[in-house]
Amino acid sequence: MRPGSPVLRLAPPALLLALLALLLAAADLFAGDYAQRIVIGIGINIILVVSLNLSSGFTGVFSLGHTGFMAIGAYAASVCTLPVALKAVNLPSLPGWLSHSALPFLPATLIGGALAMCVAFVVGISLMRLKGAYVSVATLGFLVIVQVILVNWDQVTRGARTFAGVPPYSSIWNVWIWAALSVYLVWRIGRSPFGRDMKAARDDEIAARSLGVSVIRSRLLAFCFSAFLTGVAGSLWAHFITSFSPKSFFFVQAFTVITMLVIGGLGSVSGSVIGVFIITVLSEVLRNAERGLDVGSVHIPPIYGASQVLMAILFVLIIVFKPAGLMGGREIELGSFIRRIVPRDWKKFRRP
Amino acid sequence: MTGPELILQQLINAVSIGSLYALMAIGLAMVFGILRLINFAHGDLIMVGSYVALLLIVLGLPFVIAAAAGILASTLAGLLMERLAYRPIRGAHEIAMLLTSFSVTILLENLAIILFRPTSRPFPAPAVLHAVIEAGKLRLASLDLIAIAVAAILLLALTLFVTRTEVGISMRAAAQDLLAARLMGINVNKVIAAAFAIGSFMAGVVGILWSARVGKIDPLMGFNPVLKAFVASVIGGLGSLPGAVIGAYVLGGLEILLQGLLPSALTPYRDAFVFVILIALLLFRPNGILGSTEKEKI
Repeated sequence: MRPGSPVLRLAPPALLLALLALLLAAADLFAGDYAQRIVIGIGINIILVVSLNLSSGFTGVFSLGHTGFMAIGAYAASVCTLPVALKAVNLPSLPGWLSHSALPFLPATLIGGALAMCVAFVVGISLMRLKGAYVSVATLGFLVIVQVILVNWDQVTRGARTFAGVPPYSSIWNVWIWAALSVYLVWRIGRSPFGRDMKAARDDEIAARSLGVSVIRSRLLAFCFSAFLTGVAGSLWAHFITSFSPKSFFFVQAFTVITMLVIGGLGSVSGSVIGVFIITVLSEVLRNAERGLDVGSVHIPPIYGASQVLMAILFVLIIVFKPAGLMGGREIELGSFIRRIVPRDWKKFRRP
Repeated sequence: MTGPELILQQLINAVSIGSLYALMAIGLAMVFGILRLINFAHGDLIMVGSYVALLLIVLGLPFVIAAAAGILASTLAGLLMERLAYRPIRGAHEIAMLLTSFSVTILLENLAIILFRPTSRPFPAPAVLHAVIEAGKLRLASLDLIAIAVAAILLLALTLFVTRTEVGISMRAAAQDLLAARLMGINVNKVIAAAFAIGSFMAGVVGILWSARVGKIDPLMGFNPVLKAFVASVIGGLGSLPGAVIGAYVLGGLEILLQGLLPSALTPYRDAFVFVILIALLLFRPNGILGSTEKEKI
């Protein structure tokens, strides 16, 4: 076997997948309800952060509006899957064909993602020309537009009221299949000519353009694909949490995802995954601590909101002391890891 | 009301709301001009000032003193914000700074929720502010007139400050080129602190006027004003002071115009239309009305 042979190349990801599947199976079979919910939450957050990384980390066009795509995916898919009986009660004025049919989970999720992608295309045509801070403000504007529409489009979204009764279709398995798929796809895109175009345009727009990179096209591609995955994550989240309102998709949600991304490091897929783990676990711990806890004989009363305060401080500290995030845009390379274990000139040791 | 009077009435409404946006947008624009920082937490200065004012009113102090203390509190909060959160990351990437300001927002809002409860509280303003003056067929709220007058005075003072005083001129120099300004012996820390102080002072003023207008305050009250101020400064061209003011009045006019022209079924969507127009404008003038359209040179 040569070092570059397919077996050696494919072994690490295959091993990783097998390990992941094993861990998930263990979580599925033995973990309690609470732990299972955290595992599902991590899976959904991985999709959200990795897809935001595709558009914001790879292209440098920092979107604050991705939560809008999540909302589109969530609402679109939920309107599709909501049981017909519930539709009659909750959404009496839904247009014709939607009101007397309920789709299965997968097609509904794909519809959610596709709709988010179409919206991203329309919005992106204009937004992708903007630079730096202007994009951030404009995408924030997009988030506000989505909010306003969700709150006012009563007949489809129930307005500001809670959208309840979404069937709990999300499981550890379907969420993590999507998560693994997203990580793989975004990682592949990062390595592909498209991904290199995106990163080149991010690092030096003029130089990239002079080398024939179509900056706007590569950004738009990243934006649309990223919106698709975010929409899918929205659908998964909706069928996990089962009841939500437009408020669920606003500033706090956007900030959580961005924190995960920045802590892991913009532009690094493995960093995104690490960021999700750290923040999800940390925020769960803090949220439990927020309800009040006993340290020795001292009882600390519940302080709601304290976890958010601590997260915000942590975030500023990370930006001050580790501005590029924990991974600093690098990736954990499975290949080099294997090479370190299996010596390059291992043939020498083989007996003739 | 007949045609011309209606137009005049709406014009006053537009100028009054535009004045509040202008005072907010200036704070954003000043800081952005020098530091390239979009200070999202600027809106929370409104909240800080209003709560301090409310606290003192509840304690029994006269409104004027409470309002002055509130404005002072906003100013101090702005200076503190600069010193603790923004100075350590000065010169970092634009996005890193923007995200830091998000953290400051989350921090302040949650602190306010912990301290004052998330529910809104009534903000008692003296009756003078809610008086309505009838002039012919026009009905003028005194709060509108006060907002317009206060904004006019502050904008005039600001113009004199940035053109006539040494600190003001240093500020413009720093906005043009921070490094060159520093090489010319300008104390950058002082200039930046001055920019934050002025912006926060104006935010404090807006806070009092806004709270008196709405009649209640809550920990998240800064979100909408700062969003509008963003839009205003982006319309005008980020970082340009005249641009921010023009953008604010354009935005005020646009909102009143949409309010009047949109069919009633669509009025709830007004803010969505505002942002659609903003995005459309950026398509044609990617750097705002007063921003340079000059191509980047290599």
